Amino acid sequence: MLIRRPPDIRTAEITDERHYLSRREWLVAAGLTAAAITPERLAAATGRLVQGADDKPTSYKDITTYNNFYEFGTDKSDPAENAHTLRPRPWSVMVEGDVKKPGRYDLDVLLKGLPVVDRTYRHRCVEAWSMVIPWNGIQLRDLVNRLEPGPKAKYVEFHTLYDVQQMPMQRSNIMPWPYVEGLRLDEARHPLTLLATGIYGKSLLNQNGAPLRLVVPWKYGFKGGKSIVKIRFVEQQPRNSWQLLAPDEYGFFANVNPAVDHPRWSQARERRIGDFLKRPTLPFNGYAAEVASMYAGMDPRTLY
Amino acid sequence: MTASQWIGRVVRPAVIVGGILPALYLALGVLEITTIDLGANPAEKLEHFTGTTTLVLLLLSLAITPLRRLSGINPLIRLRKPLGLWAFAYALMHMSCYLVFDQSLLWGEIYYDIIKRPYITVGFAAFLILLALALTSSAWAIRKLGKRWNSLHRLVYLAAALGVFHYLWLVKLDTSTPVVFALVLVVLLWLRRERRPPPELARDPVVSAP
Repeated sequence: MLIRRPPDIRTAEITDERHYLSRREWLVAAGLTAAAITPERLAAATGRLVQGADDKPTSYKDITTYNNFYEFGTDKSDPAENAHTLRPRPWSVMVEGDVKKPGRYDLDVLLKGLPVVDRTYRHRCVEAWSMVIPWNGIQLRDLVNRLEPGPKAKYVEFHTLYDVQQMPMQRSNIMPWPYVEGLRLDEARHPLTLLATGIYGKSLLNQNGAPLRLVVPWKYGFKGGKSIVKIRFVEQQPRNSWQLLAPDEYGFFANVNPAVDHPRWSQARERRIGDFLKRPTLPFNGYAAEVASMYAGMDPRTLY
Repeated sequence: MTASQWIGRVVRPAVIVGGILPALYLALGVLEITTIDLGANPAEKLEHFTGTTTLVLLLLSLAITPLRRLSGINPLIRLRKPLGLWAFAYALMHMSCYLVFDQSLLWGEIYYDIIKRPYITVGFAAFLILLALALTSSAWAIRKLGKRWNSLHRLVYLAAALGVFHYLWLVKLDTSTPVVFALVLVVLLWLRRERRPPPELARDPVVSAP
């Protein structure tokens, strides 16, 4: 007797041949990928997942290809690609304001004889990433003392070059140009504050702010004005560019502080370039012992 | 080959398989086994790349219906589901990057971030919508939900809009890329405007007045 019974597999459940074939393509692709994953490569990849507690200097490649320098574009890779239009020599710097030796100086004359120092500093961007950069340069205090500020000089203002021929993005109005930054005079005279002229013993590359840039390691990176053409000694607190642009997000002091969040993201942790996971951010970027006394009595919440 | 066969045999399988390519690109970059270089901040690259891929796929899936109506090629509809599911897959990767790389799986921080920061809030809401749509994408769910399926899946427009806002609000200064996404979304929505039924007469105060 012929007994009709339902088939084990319903027709609807049988894999369509198309899918069966594309599944085979998948398997080939997956196989190729798997073959490429060797134990060494996996170890290297997972090694990068684990955060390092160290302050190993960031690679020269990363320091010179991951930059915020909006004069050459807003992507991190733009400055390295576009900054070749900048001509860092000959370079002159205008010194103005309440100072005994104002005037226009050739950069090499301005810095001549000032001791060059090597300083490896943590660099903390306001965007919550960080690097460790071996700078070369002069202490800003040496230059300030050489120029002899007068009694009305309470702040120092730094202007970046404004020249659309050399800095093409300045044709756009994404920011007020030129880029302006400033420090209180005591901050400018602090022994940690540098005017950098090099990295890893080589002259600054254009994308890093050649030929002269400010480095203030306990502040967010945007305080470090690049390609400086003007230094002014002034009585009023300078209106720095990012503060002008978004006063609720960026202030004048911009001291690194894990307890004060940026309105749109936390500043409690940072990603060291090269790591995947974040590490805790330190008050004053780890330089509290050296600099915290300068802000005694001030509300740290107002120092963003 | 007819358009229907062409889509069924070539385009659709290509979409199903090809959706892996952006992820493969990132995987090769992380493993550093090819010349693909994710740059100095690979974690950020993974996060941004999976985020923009989500938006691109989502907008592509939204483009299917207008494209179908403009071209008259109805079988194009068969591309919508794989595009939508891949969009969800990249949203899931994007979310994972955020949870692991940005927040180190600190759940308290994550909760605070979601309720405190508007761009995270809208991004998270968009993710929940895509999750619900992906979970109800099977033939079984379509049968089970009936008419409600259509209402539910119309939320995809909201998800796309929230995704674009998420992108717009997070950029520091240069909004050009998210603005392009916003414009594409506006055009796609504009193309659908005729689908809406005409206003009912009863709503007209002149007509409804006694």
